[in-house]
This record gives sequence, structure tokens and C-alpha cells, in this order.
Amino acid sequence: MATDAPSRPAPAVTPRASDVFEKTRGRRRFVDRLMTTLVTGAFAVAMIPLVSVAWTVGSRGLKRLNGTFLTTTMRGVFGGMDAGGIQHAIVGTLLITLAAAVISVPIGLLCAIYLVEYGHGRLAGAVTFFVDVMTGIPSIVAGLFAYALFTLLLGPGARAGIVGSVALSVLMIPVVVRSSEEMLRLVPNELREAALALGVPKWLTILKIVVRTAIAGITTGVMLAVARVIGETAPLLITVGVADSMNWNLFAGRMMTLPVYVFGQYREGLVPCANRAVTCLPTINFDRAWAAALVLILIVMGLNLIARLITRYFAPKTRR
Amino acid sequence: MTIVKPSIQPGDVTGSEHHRISGRLGGRVFAGVSTASGALILVLLAAVAIFLVARGLPALTSSAADLSARIGWFAKGQTILSYTGPLIFGSLLAGALALLIATPVAVGIALFISHYAPRRLAQGLGYVVDLLAAIPSVVFGLWGVLWLVPKLVPGFSWLHEALGALPIFQGTPSPTGRTILAVGLVLAAMILPIITAVSREVFLQTPRLHEEAALAMGATRWEMIRMAVFPFGRSGVISAAMLGLGRALGETMAVLMILSPGFSYSLALLEAAKHQTIAANIAAQFPDANPSGVSVLIATGLALFVITMAVNMTARWIVSRRKEFSGAN
Repeated sequence: MATDAPSRPAPAVTPRASDVFEKTRGRRRFVDRLMTTLVTGAFAVAMIPLVSVAWTVGSRGLKRLNGTFLTTTMRGVFGGMDAGGIQHAIVGTLLITLAAAVISVPIGLLCAIYLVEYGHGRLAGAVTFFVDVMTGIPSIVAGLFAYALFTLLLGPGARAGIVGSVALSVLMIPVVVRSSEEMLRLVPNELREAALALGVPKWLTILKIVVRTAIAGITTGVMLAVARVIGETAPLLITVGVADSMNWNLFAGRMMTLPVYVFGQYREGLVPCANRAVTCLPTINFDRAWAAALVLILIVMGLNLIARLITRYFAPKTRR
Repeated sequence: MTIVKPSIQPGDVTGSEHHRISGRLGGRVFAGVSTASGALILVLLAAVAIFLVARGLPALTSSAADLSARIGWFAKGQTILSYTGPLIFGSLLAGALALLIATPVAVGIALFISHYAPRRLAQGLGYVVDLLAAIPSVVFGLWGVLWLVPKLVPGFSWLHEALGALPIFQGTPSPTGRTILAVGLVLAAMILPIITAVSREVFLQTPRLHEEAALAMGATRWEMIRMAVFPFGRSGVISAAMLGLGRALGETMAVLMILSPGFSYSLALLEAAKHQTIAANIAAQFPDANPSGVSVLIATGLALFVITMAVNMTARWIVSRRKEFSGAN
């Protein structure tokens, strides 16, 4: 304590304390500088993988990314042929992800409504806790679950797009619940009270006032959830399998998806070319993998960007 | 006993009355549907556990000789436990490595964004780190195996020469570099965003007054962080790290593409063909597995499910336990 007597105004720092400060000043400053450098360095370190992934995928992917690549399938493509594309994989990815969204959005949104508007007591507590826990389910386990569920329904060895959709929705539902819940909680209580005071039933208040106010945020959350699952590979690898041709049917047969395509092309590896073969490209599989990875990243980034734009332009102005 | 006669008979419903009744019915239906959706989450999680147990049970109950006779890749004399053991070890080792590398960096980034970067830049920098989370794991795998790993090989042999005395750097460094240490590095990059995001949120919630009090006492910025921010955010950082660990344990594609697999309890981080993780093993064997093989793989998947659930639940529990004491309220 700096005060000697209660009657006298205390000096800011007693001579003793300032001595201590004086002695340690150099070391303390040094430590402070050092930590500033380390903390800034940590950020720089994190930029290495980001920049390097973006640069490698961009520069190597652009070599092969063109109209033909986007509009052909892998049907009849073999060896080091300078051909083949990802049309079937794009269609598969879109169909499977769309089906996953169709399954997860209603369930997720209704669950969020339950938690925010109706939930109290032990059930709500349990749901909140297990939604959090569910976000941690490994994607491969979700794949195994969907596989096990559908072998029960369709017999062993069944592979179909819808199985993959179910696996993806296991991963997607908790994300949708979390983000929608957050958005619904942001809706000011005054809006609910005003509607209820006018005699609007609670369920109509929720649908027409609460959800409508939060719809931009909910849409953003759904887009981010889609962006998260669209790059999932492992569950699709074990539930949907691989295919070389177009398959528009979600309910029968194997389908190709973009992430699995990237993995499949990587696994094909280098092509051993005959010495004089002009049309044989030894690295064709890797080239296709890089180009497909680039397309995948562009789709994910596009979804993220659209999600951010929705929040910026359509969010209600009532907040704050 | 007197019975009060209702003044309005069921037959003559007025307009507004009709509205109220349909509203009540709609309300009941809507409340029921939303509650059912909430309960469905619990049912879904239970179903995941039940289906994994049901499909893994044949492998858990049949004899070792039976399994090795029916499954090509199941060695003779192996039991389901001795098959899963090295896989669990590999998963934990890869997760631990990723966590050791990622946590200090992530805490640094979170501090940089919350307390060092200019305020105008902070949000943008947060988005940039979140972009890392948007990169699909298969792309990380492709980048890791074709770009990063060849560049790591000289570093690995240097580690072996300089620190070869340590058991973890013993053994011949793999010439391909497809080792558990390379996997740990890539996984670290993948879990960096989630650890950063959670830590950043916690650091930003540090009470302003605590920080200003520390600065007013003459603390440097670092001392302020040590005295005000870290004590406040410790539980948040721990749970962030656990969430990252959960991610790393379940990560499949990057491991599958980078690691050259092997089954052992080896601690030699620089040797290839010594480790394999549960998730990568499932993805590698599943597409061509027969029903018995599928059952074995699902049993290993059940182990992974239990481990990640335990890790995640602990993380959530730490958060909820510390909430009361953290001063956040």
C-alpha cells in the first residue's frame, strides 16, 4: 500500500516500489517485445498453409480447368488419355448436398425453434448439450451409421446417393441448429410481446414474426452448413462409392462426387507412359485432381461469400 | 354438485371463436412438431450408437480364428482387440501431435486478433483464419502429400541427426516423408481455425475493467494478458483444444492420403509404415470389405465414436463447470 497515514495525500508510487519498477523495467520490456513478436509470428505461421494451399491448388488446377473439363464425364477415359472431366461429379455433389439440406434444414430449424421458444426443463438441457456433442461426430462415423441404417433397409452392399445424403445430414443438423438458435435469440423480445399482445397465437408469432425477422441469419447459417458438408469425402466414399458416368438418380446406383473424385484421381497415381506415346500424359490423374480440387474450393468459397453477402444486405436493421 | 352450463353450445361457434380454436390446434401441432424435432436429435445420436453396436457386434463376438479365416487383411492369431489397439494408439498419437503443434499457434493468433491487431483489421483477420476451416480435408490431403511432404523430408532427417537421442526421433527417417509427424503437421493446420475461433471469442469477452485495471497499475501489454486475459480464458482455451482434438481424431482423408500405414505401438515419429488411425483405416478398407470385414471396421468405428464423444463431452463439461467461476456473468 502506498499510503503512510490516512491524513496525508498519498504519493502515486512510493520510492521503494519505483525502485522495483526501475530494476525490472528492462526485462519486462524485453519480455513484452518478445511476446509481441511471437504473437505476430503465430499469425504469420497460420498464413503459410492458407497461402500455400491457395497458391498450389490455384496454379496447378488452372492448367486443366476449362470448359471441356467441366462438361465431360470420365466415361471411357483410361490410361494417360488427355480427356475426362467432372460433370458427373458436380451433378452428384449438387444432388447429394441438396438432399442433405432438404433433410436437415426443417429438422434443424424446428429444433432451434423448440430450444428458443418452447424448450425448458431437462429435455431442452439435454438437447442443447447433445447438439454440441453431435457437432463432434467424426464424419466417417456418420458414414458408417448411414451405411448400417440402409443395409437394414435395402440389404447389404447397397450404395446410393441418398445414403450419402443421410450421412451428411447427420453432420449438418447440429450446425443448422446452432446457427439458427443463435439467430432466433437475437430477435428482440419486444417483437414477440407486441405480436402476442395483438392476440396473434404463439405459433403464428413464431412463424410470421420471429422466423421472418431472423431469416437472413438463418439462411447464412444454412449456407455455411452446406459449405461445411460439401467438401466431406470420407462418408461419401464409404456410402456412395465411385462412378465414372453420369447418374441423376439419388436412389439407385453409385454416384461420383467432387471430393471423392479428387481422392480417386490422386489414388490412380502417375500413368506409366510408353516412350513415344504422344497422347499420353503421365501426370494426367494428378492434373485432374488439382483442377477438381480448385473447383471444389471455388464452390465452397462462393457459398461462404454469398452467405456473408446475405447477412450484410438482408439482415434486419432493428439490431442494435 | 352444481354444474355450470356453458353459455355457448358447441354448435354455434362465432367467427373469432372459430379462429381461436384453430389457432389453439395449430399452436398445439406446431409445439408438438418442434418438440419432436428436438427429441429427434437425441434419437439420432442414440441411433448412431445403437447401429454401430448392432453392426459391430458380430465382429466383437466371433472368434479370432473365424475372423482371420473370413477376412483377407485380418492376420492369423489376431483378436479384435489386438487389431484395434494400434489403431487407437495411432489416432491418439496423431491427435496429440496436432494438438501440441496447433494450440500454442492458435492461442497466439487469437491474442493477435483480439489484443494486438489494429481494431479495424481484427475482424478481417478473423475471416482469413476462418478461411482455413473452409478448405475441404481432401484438398488438405492432396496439398499435403504432393506439395508439403516432399519439402519436409530434409527437415525430418535434420531432426533425426540433431535430436536422434530422443526416442521419438529415433529410427531411420522415411525417405518419402509419409510419417505420423507429417500427418500431425497437416492436422494441426486443419484444427487451427476451430481452436483459434473459440479462444478468440473467450479472449474478447475478458472484462474491459480487468484489462484497464492491469494497464493502470503499470503492466505491460503482455503482463496485462497474463494477469487479466489468461486467467479469464483458461477454461475456454482448454475446451477449444479439446474440440480441436476431437476434430483431429476423426479426420480421415488427410491421414489416408499422407500416412503410409502400419500397425504398431511405435513412438518413432519419423518412421513410415508404423502407424495408422482408425478413421483412415476404415476409409482404406471399407470399399472392398466383405460383410465380416465391414463388421470389424464398424467395431473400430465404435471405438472412435466413444473416444471422440468422451473428448467432446469433457470439453463441454469444462466449459459449463468453469462458467460459474469465470466472472463472465
